[in-house]
Amino acid sequence: MSVPISSVGTAGAAPEHLGGRWAWLRRAPVVHQVRQSVGLQRAMLLVGIVLTAAFVLVAVLAPLLAPYGPSQRSDEAGGFGTQQPPSVEHWFGTTVGGYDVLSRVIWGAQTAVLVVLVAVAASLVIGVLLGLVSGYFGGWLDRVLVLVADAIYAFPSLLLAILLAIVISGGQSSMWGGILAAALSITVVFIPQYFRVVRSEVVRVKSEAFVDAARVLGTPHRRIMSRHVLRNSVRTLPLIVTLNASEAILTLAGLGFLGFGIEPTAAAEWGYDLQRAVSDVTSGIWWTALFPGLAIVVAAMGMTLMGESLNDLADPRLRSRTASTEVAGDVAETSVQADVTKEDER
Amino acid sequence: MVATSTGGSALGRYILVRFLLIIPTVFILVTTVFVLMRATGDPITASQGGRLSADELQRRISEAGYDRPVLVQYWEYLTGIVRGDFGTSISDNRPVIEVLGQYGGATLELTAYAVALAVLLGLPLGMLAAYFRDRWPDAGLRVLAILAYATPVFFAGLLLKLIFAVGLGWFPVAGRASTAAQIEMRFAGDSSGFYLVDAIRTGQWWVVQDVLSHAVLPSVALGLLTAGVFLRLVRTNMIATLGTDYVDAARSRGVRERRLVVAHATRPALIPVITVAGMQVAMLLVGAVLTETTFEWRGLGFQLAQYLTVRDFVAVQGIVVLMAVIVAVTNFLVDIVAALIDPRVRY
Repeated sequence: MSVPISSVGTAGAAPEHLGGRWAWLRRAPVVHQVRQSVGLQRAMLLVGIVLTAAFVLVAVLAPLLAPYGPSQRSDEAGGFGTQQPPSVEHWFGTTVGGYDVLSRVIWGAQTAVLVVLVAVAASLVIGVLLGLVSGYFGGWLDRVLVLVADAIYAFPSLLLAILLAIVISGGQSSMWGGILAAALSITVVFIPQYFRVVRSEVVRVKSEAFVDAARVLGTPHRRIMSRHVLRNSVRTLPLIVTLNASEAILTLAGLGFLGFGIEPTAAAEWGYDLQRAVSDVTSGIWWTALFPGLAIVVAAMGMTLMGESLNDLADPRLRSRTASTEVAGDVAETSVQADVTKEDER
Repeated sequence: MVATSTGGSALGRYILVRFLLIIPTVFILVTTVFVLMRATGDPITASQGGRLSADELQRRISEAGYDRPVLVQYWEYLTGIVRGDFGTSISDNRPVIEVLGQYGGATLELTAYAVALAVLLGLPLGMLAAYFRDRWPDAGLRVLAILAYATPVFFAGLLLKLIFAVGLGWFPVAGRASTAAQIEMRFAGDSSGFYLVDAIRTGQWWVVQDVLSHAVLPSVALGLLTAGVFLRLVRTNMIATLGTDYVDAARSRGVRERRLVVAHATRPALIPVITVAGMQVAMLLVGAVLTETTFEWRGLGFQLAQYLTVRDFVAVQGIVVLMAVIVAVTNFLVDIVAALIDPRVRY
């Protein structure tokens, strides 16, 4: 951590002299970190960005890239045939259900991106709001929310997602129903993470002098919360978002693998395809398992690499909460950005 | 910090407080599961919906008591859990607690192998990564750890199967033991749930071999995932510890960097690892559910997946509550262990 820490400190205080037309771009979340990274760290971050970009691009361009539809089993030349090995017509072969594996892999990216977007956006909004209100007002509501968040945080996430999938869709659904069900199931699992981070930041920030000043001036609570507290409490969120995005993909795949995914006729989903491939593997049919699996790995890997690198480059205070309390606490004193006066009163 | 003379009672108080904290946690978990499962309607309709006539369905619903007020059901459910009654499955009409007794051992055996593998791999590799911090061995190990995290355990399992079971034929494709070995073990007496113990009890080497060869691939699949987590934990904490003043002091006395890693910094670096590793129990259980499904390893997770496919939500609810309780209790035990090792944790 030696190199990134010093650069966090300077980069945080520097923005003024970096003015010019592209200043906003240099300070944008991910661009900023690429600039401050060096060597292997930068390589990891860039690989992560490239993989993630490729994943999103495939998802957006799925209608153009995929040779067939996600639930298509035949074309003018007739049926695709089941469990056909890779060929010129079907580069990745066909599944036991007679679908084209390549098309399912490509369309699956679209499903995954949609689920990740909905899940992360929903949990971000709800988690941040709850954390803000809970941390700012405190009291019994705060205590109850913390207890509930801790309990849910400790709950095996996939199991909770399964229960929620049962509640939301009864386990089977159309494309959008399935995507929403999967996304919302994942949302509930993620809310406590945002809640915990934002709440502890809010608790810290709200006792700062500038918040007291605003209060003394008679600023309404709502304005203090949105203008003074919230803005100073969300800096660690981008990296949680990237790590959650990869976790969302894995949870979605896990749901699909256990049979709680989206019906194959409605949309393509990698986890479901892998579940169907379990029996294929036993008879040596490799293409139905390999390609959807690799797609999951690439997507999750890209976002994890990005998240990990951001984690290393970002505010060490987050690290201090997860791991080495004492050491990172010392470091945080020197590296926290200049716009917040700091008093570590954890 | 607490004065040393009151050290014993401080530890006692810590354990008590920490123990009392389990109760609200478990209560919230159990209530969450109940609310979720009742929000779907009654479990009988869910599992038998299309198959029974409306009258028959109604009869079974009132027989099972699902038409009574929700609060009454909730109370019954809570008191049942206190008594160790986790409900009776609809599909095969068995008490869930019995299912646990039968299959819990299998899950425990699998997770034990996986954790052993993870510690054996993750600990030294994490220390190695910390030693080579920000140089290429570190980068390589970290990418491997991320790869282990990003690979769904069931995909890893399928790949292992393809290569080592179907392709090379070194290991069996699925299951916990061959039929012949199972018969042999049954002759040796009641199953302990742990096949390795049963196999040793038969006193025949080929049975032990058979059981172990069945365990290799599932353990590796689950173990690699866990090893990746361990590697990252050990690396982060080791790097943090290597930057502390007392390690600096040792360094300035001329202690070699290698010796700092393996001797001076090890113990302080591993305490947070124990705490965080305890929090990975939830991840391990989820991983076990998926691994068991992939390898038809007849444990709790495999059973859970079976109940999910037949939509037996009473059984699902029971197993999920059980797992949540296991996680809460494990976290408690881990905190106690951490407190025993490191007096600063106690409050």
